[in-house]
Amino acid sequence: MSLATRSDTTKRPAATGGGPAPVGPWRHRLYRLDLKASPFLYIAPFFALFAAFGLFPLAFTAWVSMHDWSLLSDEHAFVGAENYTALLTDPYFWNALGNTVSILALSTVPQLLAALLLAHLLTMRLRGRTFFRMGMLLPNVASVVAVAVIFSQLFGRDFGLINWVLESLGAGRIDWQAGRASSHAAIAVMVAWKWTGYNALIYLAAMQAVPRDVYEAAHLDGASRLQQLLRITVPMIRPTIVFTVIVSTIYGLQIFAEPQLFGGAGPNGVTGGASRQFQTLTLYLYEHAFNRGFEFGYASAVAWTMFAVIVLVALLNYLFIRRIRSDS
Amino acid sequence: MTTAPTSRRPASPVSARRRRAYLRLMRNKPGSLAYLTLVAVLFFSGFPLYYSVVVASRDNSALGQIPPPVLPGANLVENIERVFATVPFDAALVNSVIVSVAVTASVVFFSTLAGFAFAKLEFKASKALLVAVVATMMVPVQLGVIPLYMLMIELEWTDTLWAVIAPGLVNAFGVFFMTQYLRGALPGELIEAARADGASTFRIFWQVVLPAARPAAVVLGVLTFLTAWNDYFWPLIVLSSPDRYTVQVALSTLAGGYVTDQSLVLTGTMLATLPLLAVFALLGKYMISGIMQGAVKG
Repeated sequence: MSLATRSDTTKRPAATGGGPAPVGPWRHRLYRLDLKASPFLYIAPFFALFAAFGLFPLAFTAWVSMHDWSLLSDEHAFVGAENYTALLTDPYFWNALGNTVSILALSTVPQLLAALLLAHLLTMRLRGRTFFRMGMLLPNVASVVAVAVIFSQLFGRDFGLINWVLESLGAGRIDWQAGRASSHAAIAVMVAWKWTGYNALIYLAAMQAVPRDVYEAAHLDGASRLQQLLRITVPMIRPTIVFTVIVSTIYGLQIFAEPQLFGGAGPNGVTGGASRQFQTLTLYLYEHAFNRGFEFGYASAVAWTMFAVIVLVALLNYLFIRRIRSDS
Repeated sequence: MTTAPTSRRPASPVSARRRRAYLRLMRNKPGSLAYLTLVAVLFFSGFPLYYSVVVASRDNSALGQIPPPVLPGANLVENIERVFATVPFDAALVNSVIVSVAVTASVVFFSTLAGFAFAKLEFKASKALLVAVVATMMVPVQLGVIPLYMLMIELEWTDTLWAVIAPGLVNAFGVFFMTQYLRGALPGELIEAARADGASTFRIFWQVVLPAARPAAVVLGVLTFLTAWNDYFWPLIVLSSPDRYTVQVALSTLAGGYVTDQSLVLTGTMLATLPLLAVFALLGKYMISGIMQGAVKG
């Protein structure tokens, strides 16, 4: 980038050598160089570092995925699509994909609906507004590890508070880790707990940008508050909703810490429960890449497949929501 | 619902009620149900964190009681001592501070620098390059961990803090956030005036842009610090010696022990979360404004 600017500055100091005002043209050139090169210099660190530690590794994953590549051996034989065919015939992979999608749906849908309602409440002229907003964001401050640890305790089979409450209400205890549905629900609660308030704030910001007179008109037409939320607010903040759905989906497809720590001690952490009932895709990737045998080629195929799924889901989300718009 | 033109008539009970409802709506005042819901939400937001303090201040035998304890006990200090005796938690705290501070400083500096260029300087392809930045915001770079790990082996950075810091040095959100902020907050005349005085671009950046960017820098700094402090997946992969662990990795080894000692694990959780709660109490409102600004413009 800076090569072009450098060539036209090949200074000619000798020409202006002994003149009375040599500073003038030389400084002018320097000034022009500064104007031209500075912007590129200023954005270069971002692009260079992002390329080196972000984009290049992601792209190189595709290359590794076509090789029999193990950390333990120096030879990396090219195997074409073999890792992918192995992957697609591994029932554990499909199991992990199913678990991921199930946890994703269970966490994202209720979470975003709740966030919409909460944001709707937050638009009102509340006493102690800042207090409510801060309180809502509080869970987001805790790390995924902290969230997973705390909720694993709450969802404990024998001494967990949630089971105690269930029992005193007359319902039976649930062995949350043991079942597929129950473990997915527990993990979804962890995700939703951390992110509902965050998304509510995003919706709140978008709702505040909707002009108030639209609501006044709607009220004169006899629309209830709920109708206003559904008929005015939701359509008007649709771009924000699309944004949160896509971001939550990308995040949800990569869930790792919650199931890993929910599995508890020993090998069950990596497999997501004794019968892999809550192993997610990232856990599956981790298991193959860093937990047994360092199968980098195979794990890269997992990563690249996940990437394809993410792109696909993001695209589908986008199209689906655009479709709703053109229908209404 | 055909009572629209009632305002001329003397107030009937129905219209009076509607009028009150209308006034409430115009002032946008919440009813008691709204408050009740919000208070319930606050309770569920805060309770798990509170409960971790309860468990952290008890010994394990107390946790088996029926009903389970809901008030803090007297074993907190003892449990904290046990955490430090089980894993090098002091080293982990220092490591996390080093990583988070380095990442935050770097992200804020480079984002402001690039944001300044995108917002206020003219150069070829600036629009296309900004679009590239925005597009990279959604890229799940976490999926590149395998080549990233190979790269760290190549650089001989595995099991060092460098490996954790390097991938966090810049991020697309920061650049985008700063670009948006500086576009609105930095008057063009200020830059023109500085140029007329003969200031170089970097001097303008240093003396005009950086001070003007301060409010946004605080917001971006808080958000970046939290993300860096809470990062787990990559440090777990690349760090292998316990004295190199960050807080999150140390915490996960506590939780992953073969004998699960709940008081111990939740004491660790509390210690790992306390610094963040302090940051949140001091700077939480900046975080809120950051999330809300990012939303409107994003």
